Amino acid sequence: MSAAPLLTVRDLCVSYRADRGALHALNGVSLDLAPGEFLGIVGESGSGKTQLLLAMLGLSAPGARLRGSIRYRGRELIAAGERALSSLRGARIAMIFQDPMTALNPYLTIGTQLTEGVRHHLGLSRAAAYRRAIDMLDAVHIAEPQRRFGQHPHELSGGMRQRIVIAMALILEPDIVLADEPTTALDVTVQAQILALLHELRARTRAAIVLVTHDLGVIAEVADRVLVMYAGRVVEQADALRLFARVRHPYTEGLRRSIPALSGPLPARLPCIGGNPPDPAALPPGCAFASRCAYVFERCHTTPPPLTVREPGHESACYHEGPLGSVLLR
Amino acid sequence: MTEPTLVVRELVVRFAVHGSGRWLRAVDGVSFTLERGETLGVVGESGSGKSTIARALVRLGPAATGAAWFRGANLLDLEGARLRAMREHLQIVFQDPLGSLDPRMRVGAILEEPLREFRPELGRAARRDAALAMLERVGLRAADLQRFPHEFSGGQAQRVGIARALMLKSELLVCDEPISALDVSIKSQIANLLKDLQQELNLSVLFIAHDLAAVRFSCDRILVLYLGRVMEIGSRSALFEAPRHPYTRALLQSVPIADPALARARRLVPLSGEIPSPLSPPSGCVFRTRCPVAEPRCADAAPPLRRVGASDVACHRAEEL
Repeated sequence: MSAAPLLTVRDLCVSYRADRGALHALNGVSLDLAPGEFLGIVGESGSGKTQLLLAMLGLSAPGARLRGSIRYRGRELIAAGERALSSLRGARIAMIFQDPMTALNPYLTIGTQLTEGVRHHLGLSRAAAYRRAIDMLDAVHIAEPQRRFGQHPHELSGGMRQRIVIAMALILEPDIVLADEPTTALDVTVQAQILALLHELRARTRAAIVLVTHDLGVIAEVADRVLVMYAGRVVEQADALRLFARVRHPYTEGLRRSIPALSGPLPARLPCIGGNPPDPAALPPGCAFASRCAYVFERCHTTPPPLTVREPGHESACYHEGPLGSVLLR
Repeated sequence: MTEPTLVVRELVVRFAVHGSGRWLRAVDGVSFTLERGETLGVVGESGSGKSTIARALVRLGPAATGAAWFRGANLLDLEGARLRAMREHLQIVFQDPLGSLDPRMRVGAILEEPLREFRPELGRAARRDAALAMLERVGLRAADLQRFPHEFSGGQAQRVGIARALMLKSELLVCDEPISALDVSIKSQIANLLKDLQQELNLSVLFIAHDLAAVRFSCDRILVLYLGRVMEIGSRSALFEAPRHPYTRALLQSVPIADPALARARRLVPLSGEIPSPLSPPSGCVFRTRCPVAEPRCADAAPPLRRVGASDVACHRAEEL
């Protein structure tokens, strides 16, 4: 990791005002993204993973309060004006949304949606934009690209639509592609196709990819590095091979064990993490996972454990330092 | 051997295609048997017809032909009072836990409603006691009887949905993707709860799902569906350890493995393309357009479901695989 990071996030906090008081969506998130890196972010609903992506694009919902810093190639994005952000958005930092049907405009043809960005950002002529779009459709393995160019989203299958959304994200050759659960709405067989495509495109474009998912399996398939989020904080981060070889945080271990296996002995009951994630309007003062954790100490309830280096390249936010044994889950 | 709970024969569900005068066969000749106390999983991609089967059986879908024998009657023929009476024995748990609970009713009223309908002899106190007992059985508390659905998380709401479905101790429970919409850490809680209740009450369960790992944990036997037709039916061990149908194999190979070393070593795309439109299904075997081992004869004749090894398989080449 000698290259200067493309994107650095420091102590990012995002909160919203609600009837019940402030909702704390992100509570001090820091990360570095290297050029060309494939970063996986795992978390459940409410963990803040989508809020993090939206903040990186300057697309947090109206009324959001952002504190901390997000720098892209040294430029601060948090206080940046709408003009500066919109010149980055799509062109340098692009987004792939979860549901390809809602990410595409049903009234416009695939071609119009694909070429809008290149014509606006690069000022390409209609003919040049068309050629670029056809090349891009080819790159995401859409058969008969010329015919598809003139079709509307409803004429395509779910997997093809997601390929179009990916083509739209990549057509401006961004440095960073943010993907929010890009395969969650798809069937497993199509998910495997899309994950393979992301892999292939990453090698070809050298764009850094940040993929957010709730599925540890998806992360294991594609990510170089993994960040685990819980209640708006990063609780563990490491190189993917290192993380799965030795999970350090009880929450990550709980997630890993609660996934039933496809082979091997079947347990009579699945291990589970008891309880529910905390309410973002009423976060506990200490570790947000403490009430569900089997390794809880006194001070977990008072002071949140900081993200600490456990071995080179592996950080965990937990006071428990020993191995995570079978008593992990209740 | 006791009689099966449910015997489905040649189930066909058709939808009229708006404005075209044509019909689409979402379920096309599906037969299976659900034994007493058994959990049968139904898996397949979206568009395979699995939810359509669930809805046809509980009579929430369009008219179906064929037969579904349950308690001595064909479920598909029942109307009026006889259909209503049958609902006492046949309940469903839906995928969307919040969407399937009436937002204007308190949980207590939701749980008591089936009793008011089918146990009119019970007084107010007896109904309340039964609701409370079931609520506690699914892991919620007495105070929750007074709450409205929106006050619950997805996992808690699904507990209410399960409690409602079990208030009458029905013998057949249809679960349509009961854990798909839940968070990862909550899925295993609900899967455990369903399994415990199934055993305690000796329920016969039809378990619709697309998550194969969840199905392996929850089900005794599994039916694999593709474009409205059965590709393979077998016991859990037969299906997961020795899958015979190329589609079953592809589904299993498509599941991401939560182990980067293994995932990187295999990295493959088991199946290209997507499920075809049921408006124009392929001739012969409906899976042949995506099948990695298809031959010319697969386009000519649809392979019948036949016993190969420990499973029933609809593939011309099942023996060779």
